Amino acid sequence: MNLFADQLLVLVMLINLVMLGTSRLVFSIRAVAVQGVILGILPGLINPFSFHLAFITAVIILAKGIIIPYLISDAVRKAHIRREVEPFIGYVPTLLLGAVFTALSFAFAEKLPLAPEHKDLLFVPASIATLLTGFLLLTTRRKAISQVIGYLVMENGIFVFGLLLSEAMPFMVEAGALLDLLVGIFVMGIVINHISREFSSLDTSRLQTLKEE
Amino acid sequence: MLYVLVLLPLLGALCAWIVPDNRMRPLVLPVIATVHICLTAILLGNAPPPSPGGWIWLDPLGKIVLLCISLLFAVCAFYAVGYLSYGRGRPNRVLCMGLLVCLSAMSMVTMTQHLGLLWVALETTTVSMAPLIYFNHNARSIEATWKYLLLCSVGIGLALLGLLFLAYSTYVAHHDATLLLGPLMFSARELNPAWLHAATIFLLVGYGTKMGLAPLHAWKPDAYGEAPGLVGALLAGGLVNCAFLAILRVYQICLASGTEIRFFQQALLGMGLISMAFAAVFMARQADFKRMLAYSSVEHVGILAIGLGLGKGALYGALFHLLNNGLTKGVLFLSSGNIHRSYSNKTTDVVKGALTRLPWSGGLFLAGFIAITGSPPFSPFISEFTIVSSAFIDGRYWVGGLFLLFLVIVFIGMALTVLPMVMGTPPTDLEPSDYKDRLLTVGPPLFMMTVILVLGIWPPEFLVELLKDGAAMLGVPS
Repeated sequence: MNLFADQLLVLVMLINLVMLGTSRLVFSIRAVAVQGVILGILPGLINPFSFHLAFITAVIILAKGIIIPYLISDAVRKAHIRREVEPFIGYVPTLLLGAVFTALSFAFAEKLPLAPEHKDLLFVPASIATLLTGFLLLTTRRKAISQVIGYLVMENGIFVFGLLLSEAMPFMVEAGALLDLLVGIFVMGIVINHISREFSSLDTSRLQTLKEE
Repeated sequence: MLYVLVLLPLLGALCAWIVPDNRMRPLVLPVIATVHICLTAILLGNAPPPSPGGWIWLDPLGKIVLLCISLLFAVCAFYAVGYLSYGRGRPNRVLCMGLLVCLSAMSMVTMTQHLGLLWVALETTTVSMAPLIYFNHNARSIEATWKYLLLCSVGIGLALLGLLFLAYSTYVAHHDATLLLGPLMFSARELNPAWLHAATIFLLVGYGTKMGLAPLHAWKPDAYGEAPGLVGALLAGGLVNCAFLAILRVYQICLASGTEIRFFQQALLGMGLISMAFAAVFMARQADFKRMLAYSSVEHVGILAIGLGLGKGALYGALFHLLNNGLTKGVLFLSSGNIHRSYSNKTTDVVKGALTRLPWSGGLFLAGFIAITGSPPFSPFISEFTIVSSAFIDGRYWVGGLFLLFLVIVFIGMALTVLPMVMGTPPTDLEPSDYKDRLLTVGPPLFMMTVILVLGIWPPEFLVELLKDGAAMLGVPS
């Protein structure tokens, strides 16, 4: 089973790179949804079966695979946009940066000692690589929607790591974290709507009246 | 009874949602706030023992923060009634609900001993405040809201990763992951140092962003500048203190681990000094007085971080300063809200002679400025003096010297903005405004100013005891 889990983690990292390379927002949203579903499947592969586990799986898939992507694509539809325009750093450079970050995260993960039963798994590098991908998306893209997707990818990265603890941690905290994420994305969706009405565009580089003279 | 503190504001939020009338709705706020502060007063006297699972316990550190936010919220609640009675057509449902949900989450932050639950509550405060920053519904406020929401969410996300690292360090140590403060501190010496170190870094960056420590403060001037005065007061006095409490919890764990504390204190000292330096630079020639207050907040979270970083005697000062800063920022933001509304402008080009136009609000703003810059006889003087004297006693001359230098620069910078604003004569071409000083918009900040004065001259016995208990929890022998 561990081998399969590792393959899925590699898939997660590949999806990161795909997201860095595409300009189509709908495609990015689908990619993030797939990533969410993989996150939901993973805990079942590394832990023995329990109802707690089944419940976590269901909730993660529902929230990250269905509800949140739906909320974001709803915002996209309302704002009538389809593509990211000229990011601050081009697609190819960010893609290369993403690859470098992925390599670095493997180096970083070497330094952290894992518990014996998690020794051969790629959780830590996958988590950090995904986190850094999220950062890249957040900082290099102009559209508010792309930034929300970046935030979501970052949260996915954090969740990948959290999965190592899915059995040992109390359920309440996970539920709370997911709920907060959901509400956060919901509020962001509303804000995005207001931005598009106020500026008739979702280009956050126009948000620059507030700065020091 | 502790649970009532959390549930009552939620009930209030429900009421605010149901009440259909814009004029009646704000009245929910003072009712809830009064009950909340009465309960807080009772709980400060005799707090219940820890809950069976150990998740809920109002310890001295929590009590200090709870006292601050409950008092601040009560003052803001009464002010809100007066403030919202202007512009009656404005819908205020979201504002009232957001304030109450935030109060509930802030109360939760103060009483939980479970770091995960603390995180959830803290993130709830972030999200619930976002619509309130957008209260004015214009292009500038949407920009501020976006920056605030995104940066704070990212910051708090990093803190979550830090928490997971922390939990994993306990899992590596004894195969039983926990985020409860008691067990974590008990077994802190056995935790894996590599994981603990990584956790500390992420938690400091994450909660530091939320608190607004430089260089992670980018959202602060915008959010404070565009939010209505009373929201600014709660951001600067409530949310900042909640994030500081989270950092105090991390400090407790680092202290118990014995090895990590050196790094954590040095990081806090560094960030604190950078914050004060940033504030000193940007405060000079700041034409927008609400943004100036935001930089003052950056300065004061820097002071809190320095107090914590110095340890020992400075801890008492830091805990006292938490209270003083929260309350003084309340006075400043509420009175600046009045001035803003009266002039319909918040740049010092237009706002001149506030003392003539709004004698009470102008006077309060001036008094708040004198207090926040650390002049006697107000209480921030005592807490800042405690921190700086402790630095010199410990032989940290560089830290103490820089601290004093930045305080002086900030004082000059702030005075250059505040004095022309308050003194002088109002521009003659200014339109008259129907926003006048009234009991409900002046009384609450005036009350808070009196509290600050009393705390400075004669701090009550119970508060001194409470602060000493709090400092004892941070490793000061009592």
